[in-house]
Amino acid sequence: MKSSLPAPNDGRVETILDIRGLTKTYPGRGSAPPVDALKNVDLTIRKGEIFALLGPNGAGKTTLIGAVCGMVRPTSGSIHAFGLDMKHDWRTMRARIGLVPQEMSVDIFEKVHRSVAYSRGLFGRKADPARIEEVLRTLSLWDKRDSQLRALSGGMKRRVLIAKALAHDPDLLFLDEPTAGVDVELRRDMWNTIDKLREQGVTVILTTHYIEEAEEMADRVGVINKGRILLVDDKDAIMGRLGRTEAEFTLSQPLASLPASLSDLPVTLENDGRTIAFRGGDGSGLGKEQVAALAQTLVRENIGYTAIDQRESSLEDIFVKLVEEEGATS
Amino acid sequence: MSFNLTSALTIYRNELLRFLRTVFGSLISPVLTTCLYFIVFGAAIGGRMDQVGGVDYGAFIVPGLLLLTMLSESTSNASFGIYMPRFTGSIYELLSAPVGVAETLVGFVGAAVTKSLILALIILTTATFFVDYQIAHPVFAFFYILLVASAFSLLGFILGLWADGFEKLQMVPLLILTPLTFLGGTFYSIDMLAEPWRTVALFNPIVYLVSGLRWTFYGQADVDIATATGLTVGFLILCVAVITVIFHTGWRLRE
Ligand SMILES: Nc1ncnc2c1ncn2[C@@H]1O[C@H](COP(=O)(O)OP(=O)(O)OP(=O)(O)O)[C@@H](O)[C@H]1O
Ligand SMILES: [Mg+2]
Repeated sequence: MKSSLPAPNDGRVETILDIRGLTKTYPGRGSAPPVDALKNVDLTIRKGEIFALLGPNGAGKTTLIGAVCGMVRPTSGSIHAFGLDMKHDWRTMRARIGLVPQEMSVDIFEKVHRSVAYSRGLFGRKADPARIEEVLRTLSLWDKRDSQLRALSGGMKRRVLIAKALAHDPDLLFLDEPTAGVDVELRRDMWNTIDKLREQGVTVILTTHYIEEAEEMADRVGVINKGRILLVDDKDAIMGRLGRTEAEFTLSQPLASLPASLSDLPVTLENDGRTIAFRGGDGSGLGKEQVAALAQTLVRENIGYTAIDQRESSLEDIFVKLVEEEGATS
Repeated sequence: MSFNLTSALTIYRNELLRFLRTVFGSLISPVLTTCLYFIVFGAAIGGRMDQVGGVDYGAFIVPGLLLLTMLSESTSNASFGIYMPRFTGSIYELLSAPVGVAETLVGFVGAAVTKSLILALIILTTATFFVDYQIAHPVFAFFYILLVASAFSLLGFILGLWADGFEKLQMVPLLILTPLTFLGGTFYSIDMLAEPWRTVALFNPIVYLVSGLRWTFYGQADVDIATATGLTVGFLILCVAVITVIFHTGWRLRE
């Protein structure tokens, strides 16, 4: 269903955003100490890709977006977009960047249509009712165009924020936690919308707490924690590296050794032969398949079990692992 | 240096539309207050007062009253205009847009000035129902009102950036501007004051503003028009300078 990253012609991929050595220290207030929200971050985003920035609360995702979009003044480092240096060409740059903020920050007495048309004008584009209509229709907001924002549901308000960000036809779009607090259906909608944007050639950078979301939408994923980018890689590679399924089969009878038919699965016999433990998978469903296969094999081999305990590694586990790995290599 | 005209006009129009959304509330209170002043000071007390410098007392207070309203309305309109987006968080859009200090000022302060001019027109019209007055130098008066409205809208803009709560937002107009205006010769000529108060009054900048406006109405005032205009222009330039510095350092705007 999903198209993959545009094939790099002549072997080179065009860079749309280049961040070098970006550091942000929020000054301390009163007794609060200064916060190092970003520590020497390097990040390169390719034109046309969907990039997911994955990280827990307080990792620095919003700060990173803020530094590019103009809400945050970097302490040091450089930011280039479209080949322009932000220090000098911020106007040209900003005119081509769109931002959907994490917080619901709108004038709630404003009407949907006017709010979106305002955004277009604010970014210096000539009024274009046809284009605004198109944006509103794409986001299923056309019927609500004359409603005040306060009369909309939370999910719809979020869509208005997206419409506002798209009103000036940006080439680079930031979505700060686009699916936080929206229901499953709207989440699907959102993913489809983002897919459509990619087809139109918009480069999308989104932040999320959810591995599944990065998995579903992104071409590449960057993992950020405590102000540091821990790794950046193609989604599949990252999921392979990070995603882990763990399953424990509690056996009815202790086993002396594992049957040969299980030798190609990542399983071990533990707990004096009373437990078969599975640790493997690649974060994209392979682990679950293998555990299902394992269960069938056990039945076929006439090995009885009384319980299955299965879990996917959480984002938390992944960070712990990454930090450990980082500590080991440096 | 580039200027994004579409962006500036968009902000300007948006602010005026916001004003129209609440036009009744925005106009009714200052107009009502002014009417009350005219009834009390113009009609009731004014009838028993001597002329001031050859002008009927009722007419004499028109410029002062106009200024009283202009100062507080320009300041509070402009301060609310920029404070509200900061308060709701919708300022993110302005910060991420390709606009700098010039577009922001034309948009926000321009709109506040326009509102003040509309208000001035309404107050001057209202005044004709209570007192007879003439404007000796109408063109001068217009530019002077424009100048004062601009200067105090700029002050309001600074206030809206500085305030971190509604309390502070109302503090400056209420605790500084209104007392200074009342003591600044709104209802009297400072010649009426005995020393040392006369000299003390000359340290009140509002005295010069009221005098300047009074001169455009009646061709005479406590302080000469050149001093008054010079002071106002100086104040305006100072405000623009302060705002430019604020934008360049990102104070209260960018983290
Ligand atoms: N205005 C601020 N002043 C001081 N510290 C701040 C400010 N904004 C953010 N921080 C701190 O900077 C760090 C990074 O915050 P940031 O909002 O970028 O995280 P995040 O990854 O977006 O988190 P979340 O997933 O919760 O949105 C946190 O420790 C936060 O407390
Ligand atoms: Mg955030």
